[in-house]
Amino acid sequence: MGLFETLSFARPELALAIGAMALLITGVFLGDKAAPKISIAAVALLAIAGVLVFVSPGGGATASLFDGAFRIDAFSAFCKILIYAAAGFAILMSDRYLAGEKLGRFEYPVLIVLAALGMSMMVSASDLISLYMGLETQSLALYILAAFNRDSRRSTEAGLKYFVLGALSSCLLLYGASLVYGFTGSTVFTEIAKAASLSGDNAGLVIGLVFMISGLAFKVSAAPFHMWTPDVYEGSPTPVTAFFAAAPKLAAMALFTRVLMSSFPGVLDDWQPVIALIALASMLVGAFSAIAQTNIKRLMAYSSIGHMGYALIGLASGSSAGVSSVLIYMAIYIVMTVGTFAVILMMRRRGGMTENISDLAGLSRTNMPMALILTVLLFSLAGVPPTAGFFGKWYVFLAAVDAGLIWLAVAGVLASAVSAFYYLRVVWFMWFDDPAPAFERDHGPALGFAAWGSALLMFPVLTVAMGYLRQVAETAAASLF
Amino acid sequence: MDIGLGHYLSVAAILFAIGMAGIFLNRKNVIVILMSIELMLLAVNINLVAFSQFLGDLVGQVFAFMVLTVAAAEAAVGLAILVAFFRNRGDIAVDDASLMKN
Repeated sequence: MGLFETLSFARPELALAIGAMALLITGVFLGDKAAPKISIAAVALLAIAGVLVFVSPGGGATASLFDGAFRIDAFSAFCKILIYAAAGFAILMSDRYLAGEKLGRFEYPVLIVLAALGMSMMVSASDLISLYMGLETQSLALYILAAFNRDSRRSTEAGLKYFVLGALSSCLLLYGASLVYGFTGSTVFTEIAKAASLSGDNAGLVIGLVFMISGLAFKVSAAPFHMWTPDVYEGSPTPVTAFFAAAPKLAAMALFTRVLMSSFPGVLDDWQPVIALIALASMLVGAFSAIAQTNIKRLMAYSSIGHMGYALIGLASGSSAGVSSVLIYMAIYIVMTVGTFAVILMMRRRGGMTENISDLAGLSRTNMPMALILTVLLFSLAGVPPTAGFFGKWYVFLAAVDAGLIWLAVAGVLASAVSAFYYLRVVWFMWFDDPAPAFERDHGPALGFAAWGSALLMFPVLTVAMGYLRQVAETAAASLF
Repeated sequence: MDIGLGHYLSVAAILFAIGMAGIFLNRKNVIVILMSIELMLLAVNINLVAFSQFLGDLVGQVFAFMVLTVAAAEAAVGLAILVAFFRNRGDIAVDDASLMKN
């Protein structure tokens, strides 16, 4: 394949990279007063990249580029569409918040686009080097975003914590990658898989694998590597938290899945118990630590840790059905997270943003639509039928039972029963408590669209269209095998 | 005595462990954490170059160069965040980064 043909397959990434640099230069010349226009341009850029995912030579065919370092297939296409959508909403939902906090700087959309570029590389990476480069492109942009409110003590502290623990996790991942390279003789996933299944009992490879799993578990914020999540979520500006909770989680989970499924299928027996234990620990931390929280962003942090636990159950299954259940789960998770954060961003009073759960008291009497939206989303987060969140959990548990991990599925059901308690407690506050002062209604069209759209997707649209989502996810999962 | 692959891997493992210990044991200064991270990345580089030489495969050295460039970018971002942190706090002690607690 010639250079130009190869590059033509990587059109979405090229568009994002060139576009981000163009936006950065435009921003430098026009200054911060052009920030709203640059935001719009960045959203358009993400939309163009989303279209380019479909309009590729060969019509969405599977292709392996750059000597196997970069892979285009249905799996990467599925993840890229969701990542670009989540990144676009993170930009659109931020305008009022950033203007209110005097943070309307043009770097925000540019950094989001660069992070989306890194995630796009992560979900297509099929080589240890491209994996690392994608991961760092994403992470470096995210560290800066966490500290974006540079005059706030909380935001800079969140950025610092995220940086230190993120860099530590990259080091763990990289140390594992160096051992895997050394003991298999290649950095390309398919070659690693061949060498791993041939070599039999290989202690160096297993140690490398364990280091890589620890590093990746940090990135998806699975327990016991979750310590950074609540602090970073609480300290970062809220639109940034909305972004953190959605797109990077999907990208890291997709990377996790691809690494384990395409380079280590031969040593499934070695990593399956590790992933199962990480999943169990995450579900328990998510279920029990969230109960005592009073800050809704911290609550969402523990909630996301729990949700990563459920998604990891699907990965622990190690089957095609398991991978497709991970994709279904992550797609539903992203939609409901974006919607919930849209509602959190609407929690604005005259004095500024509020983020305490008690501020939601009696919301049904002061703002009925907002209470309805949040109720649907919380039911979906808790996994109550017939919302989409229930189906996400259902497929994950089904895959685990098929793979013989019945104890894990049972633990998952129990953990979701515990976590239903704190979601439904918020619902109780909204409908049966004495009203707190009303929120301002003027929140702009983007937040309203994101909140209504995700609530309607959770119930009833995806309840009806679950068969379609499942079909798409199965096609995507099949491309890994 | 011949210096073999095992020696290089041991040095790298020791450096990596020292870096890790530096992150967790140090309570005084965030700069030390940045240095520890660099140390861990260098340990990885020793691993990669040693394996590359041992396997007769250049990819490991290419990987090491990639790690070097990313480490430079990472240090720049880390120091920038640290400067922002310092301007708000007037101090970079690790124990001070405790505004948010469970």
